[in-house]
Amino acid sequence: MTFDDIKELLVAKFGDDVITGEERSGMQPALLIAPDSIVDVCRELRDNPKTYFDFLSNLSGVDYGVDAGRFGVVYHLASIPYRLQLTLKVSVEHDRNSEELPTFKTVSTIYRTADWHEREAYDMLGIYFEGHPDLRRILLPDDWEGYPLRKDYKTAEYYKGIKID
Amino acid sequence: MITVNSKYEQALQRYNEKIADAATEDMVLNMGPQHPSTHGVLRLELITDGEIVKEVIPHLGYLHRCFEKHAESLTYQQTIPFTDRMDYLASMNNSHVWVMGVERMMGIDKDIPKRIEYIRVLMCELNRIASHLIAIGTYGIDIGAFTPFLWCFRDREHIMGLLEWASGSRMLYNYIWIGGLFYDLPVGFEERCKEFVEYFKPKMVELNQLLTDNQVFIERTANVGVLPMDVAINYGCSGPMLRGSGLKWDLRRIDNYSAYPELDFDIPVGKGEMGTLGDCWDRYKVRVDEIAESVKIVEQCLERLQKELKRTPDFDPRAKLPRKITPKAQDYYIRGEGAKGELGFYFIADGKSEIPFRAKSRGPSFNNLSVLPEISKGVMIADLIAIIGSIDFVLGEVDR
Repeated sequence: MTFDDIKELLVAKFGDDVITGEERSGMQPALLIAPDSIVDVCRELRDNPKTYFDFLSNLSGVDYGVDAGRFGVVYHLASIPYRLQLTLKVSVEHDRNSEELPTFKTVSTIYRTADWHEREAYDMLGIYFEGHPDLRRILLPDDWEGYPLRKDYKTAEYYKGIKID
Repeated sequence: MITVNSKYEQALQRYNEKIADAATEDMVLNMGPQHPSTHGVLRLELITDGEIVKEVIPHLGYLHRCFEKHAESLTYQQTIPFTDRMDYLASMNNSHVWVMGVERMMGIDKDIPKRIEYIRVLMCELNRIASHLIAIGTYGIDIGAFTPFLWCFRDREHIMGLLEWASGSRMLYNYIWIGGLFYDLPVGFEERCKEFVEYFKPKMVELNQLLTDNQVFIERTANVGVLPMDVAINYGCSGPMLRGSGLKWDLRRIDNYSAYPELDFDIPVGKGEMGTLGDCWDRYKVRVDEIAESVKIVEQCLERLQKELKRTPDFDPRAKLPRKITPKAQDYYIRGEGAKGELGFYFIADGKSEIPFRAKSRGPSFNNLSVLPEISKGVMIADLIAIIGSIDFVLGEVDR
């Protein structure tokens, strides 16, 4: 299965709207997926006998910068039976000054790997995953303020009234 | 108790309620962060009913050193020492994967001289042996066998000495650089390494007699913590965890990177010899067998390094170092087989600066540990210790 075959397979199953674009310039081409259908796409790719993408290698949250005003999640899938790799990307526009966090659907129901990776993305970048069973902070303490890997993060001056030098 | 003022705090409140409820009927037991059997600063919250563990809630982050934040504010070359501190028991493997990723993004991975590739593989495999020796030795201690620990550390010390000789440092080497190496091997390294291999082979036989076939050890580990293959894949387990469940999946063979396609070695998998497939004993056995395979690789590397890739006076391991490391604008995910499993780095390069726009690391221990709550439901507390030891995680890599 080549990259184009996978794309055709998804379009045939879910229609044209599911793929919003593609990136072919780098060494690893990526499919841009509509954020609402990422769960269905992952389930189809995992269960379809032609692809069997059963291993989620990595899930990374990305802050595309203050100017871009976008947040995204990148999924690196691997198919153990076919020895394939595939990159999926979802992203939404988001105003970082609003109270709301950028929100995506969780894929932890399909890949349990995503459970901790999504908690990490929530912890570090403030990306909220709808339907996640236990979305607490994972590496930082529960009372931490702010999201350190955001591009506009300012280091805190005080921690619980103690000055940080 | 924290009041709910947004949907973002609901999970925290659910967790607090669960602990409060458990405290009335069951007992909540804190294991760690300072307990030696948690192999570092891992804190496990156990909800127990007598000796039975009903639920395990891991709490991470005690060793969080902001690896990704550092990587996003330093250049690619400057981050190499930080990768060493991820899995600090197998530092060479970490920097190897990082360096490979950057080299491929720069498009210089094909220009690396053969001798450098072989030295890298030699170092990685020596480090893998050292890492597995710790895994085996400390696993023995968890179960109650003290001697294997001392023997493993005695043999590991020889490897530490060799690596220190080459790089100048015992644990955190900063030896593999983008486009080359810190230094060539010191004169006489190959011979000394060969002596070590000859010394080490009978020691492994001894260790097997002492621990692998030990009836007490088998009783404690066989049929304990069974991890079926489909669960392992779904939880993203890799390395000896996945191979212990019977799947032949080793990225050194799948991706064929560096000098591995030219080397001859097997991939040991768990067979369920002493109990069920995927139990603690299988995972332990895979590590023991992998040591033997790594010794084979080390021997082949030494053979080539002494013959066709012999050192020459004008050989400069820094000759190919790029002056300025600014990869083209792209994103790239590199994966390689670390000592614990699939180690991955995800880079986003913007094409203008020497600093990655985004660098995410995928630590194998992080994913291997995430399966712990699943496979330790309803086990005894003593068995939980055996399961934790068989996962062989390093907290430096879990917390990063």
